[in-house]
Amino acid sequence: MTFNIYDFTSFNRWIDEGLNSIMSPTWALITEMAIIGIVFLLFYAVVGLFLVYAERKVCAFMQNRVGPNRVGPYGIFQTIADFIKLLMKELVYIKDSDKLLFNLAPFIVIIASFMALSAVPFAKGLHAIDFDIGILYVIAVSSLGVVGILLAGWSSNNKYSLIGAMRSGAQIVSYELSVGLSLLTIIVLAGTMQFSEIVEMQRNGWFIFKGHIPAVIAFIVFLIASTAETNRGPFDLAEAESELTAGFHTEYSGIKFAFFFLAEYMNMFLVASIGATVFWGGWMPFHVSGWAGFNTIMDYIPPFVWYIGKTAFIIWLMMLFKWTFPRLRIDQLLTLEWKYLLPINLVNILFMAFLVLMHWHF
Amino acid sequence: MNSFFKYFSDIFHGVKSLLIGMSVTGRYFFSPGQIVTQQYPENRKNLQMFERFKGEVIMLHDENNQHRCNGCGICENNCPNGSIEVIPVKITGEDGKPKRIIDKHIYHLGMCTFCGLCVKSCPSNALGFGQEFEHAVFDRSKLNKVLNQPGSSIIKGVE
Repeated sequence: MTFNIYDFTSFNRWIDEGLNSIMSPTWALITEMAIIGIVFLLFYAVVGLFLVYAERKVCAFMQNRVGPNRVGPYGIFQTIADFIKLLMKELVYIKDSDKLLFNLAPFIVIIASFMALSAVPFAKGLHAIDFDIGILYVIAVSSLGVVGILLAGWSSNNKYSLIGAMRSGAQIVSYELSVGLSLLTIIVLAGTMQFSEIVEMQRNGWFIFKGHIPAVIAFIVFLIASTAETNRGPFDLAEAESELTAGFHTEYSGIKFAFFFLAEYMNMFLVASIGATVFWGGWMPFHVSGWAGFNTIMDYIPPFVWYIGKTAFIIWLMMLFKWTFPRLRIDQLLTLEWKYLLPINLVNILFMAFLVLMHWHF
Repeated sequence: MNSFFKYFSDIFHGVKSLLIGMSVTGRYFFSPGQIVTQQYPENRKNLQMFERFKGEVIMLHDENNQHRCNGCGICENNCPNGSIEVIPVKITGEDGKPKRIIDKHIYHLGMCTFCGLCVKSCPSNALGFGQEFEHAVFDRSKLNKVLNQPGSSIIKGVE
């Protein structure tokens, strides 16, 4: 066995060969799928719980508070306690609600984020599926989540939920455009949609430096639009606790509410890791072409650390947005998208295409 | 043309004001020394409440165990929820005339809303607010307090 923290390819091959030698190929494939599924479930739960804790701590520091500090040292077990509480709560049956869709909605939301997570490259070789249309797949799958939100609002038999769901629909239909176009700007530069190749192409410089001006504009647009797409503040009109009590998940209780809650945080993680991968090179260390010594020093930091660091920074930025800016009105939200982000994005993608044609990028 | 420039100046002004806001919260995030939250049960020993804090109604006594209350009952009349009972007693003064002083100034903390009308309306400023706030007890009768300390007397000249 060759376990290498810098390259997981041989480790994966070792597991694959080991399983194939003790069982038939079909069963080996099924076992591998099960292993990956369990690993992702664990990862999902741990990251989700940690992000809830991180969000509460970060928001507390931004408001000069202490945040959770009673359960465990620095309150690190607070979210686990909350999760146990949510697990034990009663699932309230809503009168005259559409029972099937009401129960289905949290699963659609969580499955959408789960599926999108599978395409994210965590390190070299640490990759569940490496589609050659990875970015298209992520955009397509992550926008399935809005179906769950719409169903949740519609089936709850509650006006607050319905208004929240409708707002969320209008919001995601608009902002999906900006996310797609800003990622397309980088695809124009990269010439591929495959995540592993996109990361590999950033070996001699991340795309945000390679594509300079249009890449920076695309990154800012991506950050704004993806914050809106994950239904987070200042774009949390779908929840809007001061107006709609809790928006689309007003009627949900217990573990179903926890699913929505977890999915929101995992969507944030997903969007941050897509942003980190496409713009900042994912697990690729910081390389400057020509500085061989500097590059080797940077290579000593494991890729997984690079990936987590970049993702955590983007998540921190999104938390900074949430705890700084007031919530937008629905008309302001649509104005921002259709009058500002979309035209800027369209001009930007033309600019990037021109840049690539003239070979003005690095 | 004018609206064209307005479009871009709007963008730059918007971005600038957003960055100002983010710099404020970002500064708070990176300076944890500014945290204002007090960790209550841990800091109990050196907890300092504010002067204006309305913990409970007390009768002010000086170092000779003397107070300024003459038992007029204005606080009792002014109390909106009847949490004060003044029980006066008639004694014979030094000059041989009958005189009215308080026997007990009873204060029901359990009924008090801390409106402060008793303190405000007292003509001789005998009442005040104490800073004590840990009032939880296991028996409701413990919330009925006698405000004048045992053996206390009235300060001369405030009758």
